[in-house]
Amino acid sequence: MQRQIDLEISQLKGMILAMGGAVESAVEEVTLALKDRNLSRISRVKDLETQINQFQIQIDERCLKLIASQSPLAADLRTILAVLKINSDLERMGDQTINISHNVREYLPEPPLPLINVVLEMAIAVRTMIKESLDAFIRGDVEVSKRVLLQDDAVDEGKNKVFTEATELMKQNPDYVDGGLDLILIARNLERLGDHATNIAEDVIFVSTGQDIRHGGFRE
Amino acid sequence: MTNVVLRSEKLKAFIDATEIIHGIDLSVFQNEVLAMIGPSGCGKSTFLRCLNRLHEVVPGARVEGQVVLKEKPIYGAAVDPVKVRAQIGMVFQKPNPFPTMTIFENVASGILLTQSKSKSELQDVVESALRSAALFDEVKDKLDRSAMSLSGGQQQRLCIARALAVKPEVLLMDEPTSALDPISTAKVEELILQLKSKTTIIIVTHNMQQAARVSNRTAFFLFGELIEHGATQDMFTNPKQKKTEEYITGRFG
Repeated sequence: MQRQIDLEISQLKGMILAMGGAVESAVEEVTLALKDRNLSRISRVKDLETQINQFQIQIDERCLKLIASQSPLAADLRTILAVLKINSDLERMGDQTINISHNVREYLPEPPLPLINVVLEMAIAVRTMIKESLDAFIRGDVEVSKRVLLQDDAVDEGKNKVFTEATELMKQNPDYVDGGLDLILIARNLERLGDHATNIAEDVIFVSTGQDIRHGGFRE
Repeated sequence: MTNVVLRSEKLKAFIDATEIIHGIDLSVFQNEVLAMIGPSGCGKSTFLRCLNRLHEVVPGARVEGQVVLKEKPIYGAAVDPVKVRAQIGMVFQKPNPFPTMTIFENVASGILLTQSKSKSELQDVVESALRSAALFDEVKDKLDRSAMSLSGGQQQRLCIARALAVKPEVLLMDEPTSALDPISTAKVEELILQLKSKTTIIIVTHNMQQAARVSNRTAFFLFGELIEHGATQDMFTNPKQKKTEEYITGRFG
């Protein structure tokens, strides 16, 4: 028997996937703008963020209606709770891409810093994390989620490297201060994007197993 | 919540040659609310009725195994079923006040059957039971009126007061709100939450949200078997057994 709630949850997952696709595109645009020193790419990010915000409202409304009308339990309840949380994470990720686009706009007129490659590697890793965490959600894949959790360490290391080395460069050459600060802020926002992808991976594990592995539970 | 007040041991229930309950072991702890859920015909009401020897009043019915109340078996030649039913009270699906009795007499009926009390003592016990059932303020000026003058929700709380008047160790409730409107249901649920400080409650319900709202633990029955039991929060968010998951998410039943 096909349950109405199965259809609704399937549609919600589709909306999360579309919203996540917009987040991935926004990350790609800011990354390419930085890599190719192409400011025109940034203009699309605002449109994508508007789409992301609209998805957030629509998904919240549908979840509210579903909870009120179906009183979901067990795996259904965990899935809808995860949709609400992932919705919130993706919306914050949209905001972070906007932050990065501002930092890129500020950075590009400055003298290029050698650290840019570390930042671009971080951006690639973060995009992979976002893509894999959303794929894992759709498929309920715990193993892929665990891989996402481990990838976050590399992103954190990248951020620490940018912080340390940019600080050193700024001390040595005041010309690098503005650009160095921009890269620190970009790295900081990329690291936050990785944290949100981690949240999604943790939600996938909760949906699939009922285990709450947040705040260190995974490593335990 | 570690003291076992009531437990069933390999409990089987039969109607003639048909085995309805297939050897259930289940412990109930002091001052908890245990919800029993399962599809119609799964045996949960029969199991409940075995717990205070009501099953045996059905023609052709018999029980195997044992039920132990505070370490004393309730099945045996020397045990008086009337006394068992005073210690393990029952509230039914439809309110069933005695129609020819007043409100006062309804509550006093159980006490008069099992205990001897002076008139003033009786008045105190009736008032206390009505207060415990959150009904006293609504009926205090009409205790001599027929119980049938009350609304359905009030009648059900009167039945709860009647059961409470004899100070039972355990109160069994068989779908106690299924015949009530949402406001009366909310009052009975609120009452259940208050009563668990005084007694132990086992409630059969078809309403999953009700089980989630009022109970500490939940037991899932299917085809006369106890499939799974555990903390209510775990049962409704992450049940261990696939059958439980399928039932509470509406895939069958």
